[in-house]
This record gives sequence, C-alpha cells and structure tokens, in this order.
Amino acid sequence: MRPLFAKPISAKQATLLVLLLLIAVAPAFFPSNFYYRVGTLIFINGLAVTGLVVLIGYAGQISLGHAGFAGLGAYACALGPVHLGLPPALSLVLGAVLSGLLAWLVGRPILRLKGHYLAIATLGFGVLVSMVLANEAWLTGGPDGMAVADLGLRGLLKSAGIKVGNAELWYWLAGLILLAGAWLALNLKDSPSGRALRSLHDSEVAARTVGVDVARYKLSAFVISAVYASVSGSLLALTNRFVTPDIANFLHSIELVTMTVLGGAGTVIGAATGALLLTALPQVLTALQEYEHIVFGLIMMLVMIFLPDGLLPSLHRLLRRRVS
Amino acid sequence: MTLLSVEGLGIDFGGVTAVDGVGFTAEPGRIVSVIGPNGAGKTTLFNMISGVYLPHRGRVRLDGEDVTGLAPNRLAERGLSRTFQNLQVFLRMSVLDNVMAGRHLAERGSTLADLLGLPSTRRRSRETERAARALLERVGLERAAEREASALSYGALKRLEIARALAARPRLLLLDEPAAGCNPVETEEIDALIAAIAAEGVAVLLVEHDMKLVMKISHHVVVLDHGEKIAEGAPEAVARDPKVVEAYLGAHAGREGSHALG
Ligand SMILES: Nc1ncnc2c1ncn2[C@@H]1O[C@H](COP(=O)(O)OP(=O)(O)OP(=O)(O)O)[C@@H](O)[C@H]1O
Ligand SMILES: [Mg+2]
Repeated sequence: MRPLFAKPISAKQATLLVLLLLIAVAPAFFPSNFYYRVGTLIFINGLAVTGLVVLIGYAGQISLGHAGFAGLGAYACALGPVHLGLPPALSLVLGAVLSGLLAWLVGRPILRLKGHYLAIATLGFGVLVSMVLANEAWLTGGPDGMAVADLGLRGLLKSAGIKVGNAELWYWLAGLILLAGAWLALNLKDSPSGRALRSLHDSEVAARTVGVDVARYKLSAFVISAVYASVSGSLLALTNRFVTPDIANFLHSIELVTMTVLGGAGTVIGAATGALLLTALPQVLTALQEYEHIVFGLIMMLVMIFLPDGLLPSLHRLLRRRVS
Repeated sequence: MTLLSVEGLGIDFGGVTAVDGVGFTAEPGRIVSVIGPNGAGKTTLFNMISGVYLPHRGRVRLDGEDVTGLAPNRLAERGLSRTFQNLQVFLRMSVLDNVMAGRHLAERGSTLADLLGLPSTRRRSRETERAARALLERVGLERAAEREASALSYGALKRLEIARALAARPRLLLLDEPAAGCNPVETEEIDALIAAIAAEGVAVLLVEHDMKLVMKISHHVVVLDHGEKIAEGAPEAVARDPKVVEAYLGAHAGREGSHALG
C-alpha cells in the first residue's frame, strides 16, 4: 500500500489545515446564531494578531500602537463611502494603503529605537491617532462615533440566488480572510525575507554582517503588520456597521499584543490560539466583561512570568518532556 | 594583488585608546593571523574592519576603494564576511536556517513576492537550502541540520558560524578565535578547513590564541600589543622577535608566552 502522505506535510500546510478545519467544523457545534458573531470577532482579531506575529514574532520588534492602524482602517470604511463616494470594499483597500504608507513614514524614525523606547514611541503614535479620531468631530463624529455603510455582499449574493444570514456570512467572510492572512504570513516565514527578519530578531549585528539591511526589513515588518491591523479594523467597522474612536484605543493595542504573546508570538497557529482564547472568554463568560481589561493585564503578566515563549511553545515543550 | 589594506586604524573608548595606528594588507588565497595578548585590541580591530565600529582614525580599503565606516551590510555586499569571538548565532532558528540566512545577499528579493510565495521565491529558497546543506557537510554538522541552534555545543556553534560566513561566498573572511573551546581533534579539523578556504582564493584574516595552529597555517602574522602593532612578518620570524616574546611574557608569564616561544 502507498503511504498516505508521500512526504510529511510542512508546518505551513499543517497550520492552514488545522485553521481550515476549525473554521469549517465549528459551526456544527454552535448552540445559537450568536456564536457566528463570536467566531467573526475571533477571526477579525486573529487577523490583526497574525500581522503582529510578523512584527513581534519574526522580527522581534514591539508595537503598543497598532490599534491606531485598526482605527485608520475602520474610519476609512466609515468615511470613504460618505466623503469620496467609494464602495466600502474599496474603502477597505484605501485604508490599508494609507495605513501602510503611514507605517512607512512613522516607522522610519521610530524603528531606530529599541526595547522600551520603541514601546513608548509606538504607544505615543496609537494615542495620537485615537485622540485625532475623538477630537476631530467635524469629520469623525467625535467620541459618539459614526455609522458605517453596508458592505453590500449579502445583497450581491441574494441577487445571485444565494440566501445567507448576516451573521453566517460574516463568519465565513472573516474566516476566509483570516486564512488568506495566515497563508501570507506562513509564506513569509520560510522565505528569504522571513529568514532576514528572524535573523535580525536573534542578533542584529550578525544579521548585518550577512548583509541584511536591518532598517529596511524592520520597516517592512512594521508596514505589513500595519496593513493587517488596518484590514482587521475595517472588517470590524463593517460587521458592526458602526465605529467609535475606541477602536484605536491604547487598550485595544494591548489586547492585540496580549493575544500575540499568549499563544506564542513566533507562530501563526499560536496567534490564532491567543485570539480565540482572549476573544471568546469575555464573550462567553459575560460576568467577566466588566473586568476584561484587568483580566487582560493579569494574563499578560502571568504569561510573561511563567510562559515567556507563549502558551503553545511551552505546552509543546512540556509534552515533549513527558514523552521522552 | 592586495584585497584588503588597513592604514593607521585607531579607535578610543572614553579616552582610552584601544587600537592605534595599525596597518597591514591581505591578499587572496593567503592567511594573515592577528595575534597578541588578551585585550591587545584584536577583536576591536576586526570590528572596525567589518563596520561594526566606526574607526576614529585611519582607512580601510577593499580593492583600493575606501570603505572606512561603511555599514556591515554594505561591506558584506563587497565580499566581507566574519565570525564572532563571543558567538552571534541565530539561536531560535534551526541550524540549517542559520546557514541559509548567511546566503541572504544571493537569495534576497522582493518581500511582496516572498509574502505571496511566488515560484521565484521558492526557487531561491531551494537553491539556498542546497548550498546550506553542502556547507553543513563541509563543517561536519549535516546531521544537526534540523535541530535548533541553541541545542548545539560550543564547538559546534563555532563551526556553524564558519558555515554561515561561508554561505555568503566571501572574498575576505574574518575569523575571530574559531578554535576557542574546541578539543584537539576539532581544532585539527578547523585548521584544515581554514587552509582549504584560503586555497580556494579567499583572503583570510585570523585571530587565534592557539599558537600551534597560527604557526602552522599562517602566511603572515601581525602582532598587536596594547592596541599597537609591535611586529609583523613570516610566522617563524615573528616567533623569534624579542619584542613579541616580551609582550607575551609581560602579559602572561605562563601559557601563551611559552606557546609563542615554542
Ligand atoms: N565597546 C567597547 N567599549 C569600551 N571598551 C572596549 C570596547 N570594545 C573593546 N574595548 C576595550 O578595548 C581593548 C581591546 O579589547 P579587544 O576585545 O579588542 O581585545 P582582544 O585582543 O580581542 O582580546 P581577547 O584576546 O581577550 O579577545 C580592551 O581594553 C577592551 O576593554
Ligand atoms: Mg578578542
């Protein structure tokens, strides 16, 4: 008999397969429609967190301001249709391009900083964006937020004869986009650029002596992760049909980073796990919701102290020790 | 034909002169050893030549071009490659990935193509993997290819750094104590490896405390003491130079002095 797999599947294929199966099979266990909504939020957060895997996990750079890019993406979807007459989907793309450009501009000076200084500078950037969104009420509606146009996909499908509930549609759409995002990040990991990013993470001086233009690669990781955050923010605005400056809030940045390091910053599957746990918990345990930020802070501290590599790598090591 | 020429190189750290007025040349296919007691300034000299430190005085030329103060990655583009005395391995990457990362200049391309996993990207990765596996075989680490670098022994990491440096196909290779911490058998192997690298036409600059190794494979020896060049010449001549003997005996009445003499 021929073996099932001619050669063992790669980590990339395994990750994509697991994600695909989880996304496809989970709805069979949903007790109510509400869980489609929870799933959607998990995927949308998972997308931003996948971007942070590139920045934090591959390149080893920190950002406490990525909610700023999510805010940009969200408001692009809110403002694009109103002010520019753009369809929401095109506004999402415009937001992603603008976020990438802004990340490129901001990242050049900021990424020269290291450690705490980089953390504080990115934090400052995020605070700036959320303040602009809250204060420029003439454009953004201020702290009250503004309505967001319908993506229009459901109508499109309906005219094609396909009827699907709104919550379900968003579940599948967000799941698909997360898969695409995971695929890109996994491609990057074992590519020449991915090796350059991971090498500068471990030793900048050695990376430079093998020819890596450290500033350029840090910047590209920053831009890539900003685009992920922007698309994630756009999707959140589009699925909620509403947006407030809270999306760019410092606490949202912290949530994203917590999700990234909880699962294990180095891997896409770890990112998905972090997003799953920290998005689902407050939704399911509604009693927790009030203390959400306290719980996040606590989890972040505990992970840093006890599982510095993140949940999955630590579990993996534990299991391996048990087996051998 | 001169590949590297160093002229009057010097640097101070907080008013203390670490290296001053050092000059010498290196040619393709030849091994130049830089020796001297601990703290003589050998590593600092390497750091200035490879762009890690910005020299305060003097010039570094490659092929006659003034490359003083160029960034390490720019020097790498011009064919300079190095290893580190205090190990700068990519510890979270696999052994194979470490060597593959060394081929960055040959395999780099557009990051967008890498994100999309285009065929050109995958072809470049395959070529890099083939080259990296051949190099791992050359340094005797082929069976450790898939292991995480942090799991290797000190001596193995030293060889891994040599393989990574070779992956860039350098014209000038700087090796900072490649045999430190290696047992006599490993030292013997590294000795043969360095000679073979030079025989292929690479200009090798070697810092090494193992005098037997230095005397055996060097074509030319430069001696530093307190940051200054105190002697230079053929290995046998340098070993007999009274100034050299005194520097070693003065610094360490024991081990290294007798090596230099013997
Ligand atoms: N970054 C630095 N800051 C301050 N002082 C430095 C720095 N780098 C080197 N030095 C000093 O320069 C001098 C030369 O050091 P270097 O490491 O070059 O010596 P070495 O010849 O390589 O010694 P060893 O044989 O122990 O490796 C020492 O006094 C050292 O303390
Ligand atoms: Mg040294």
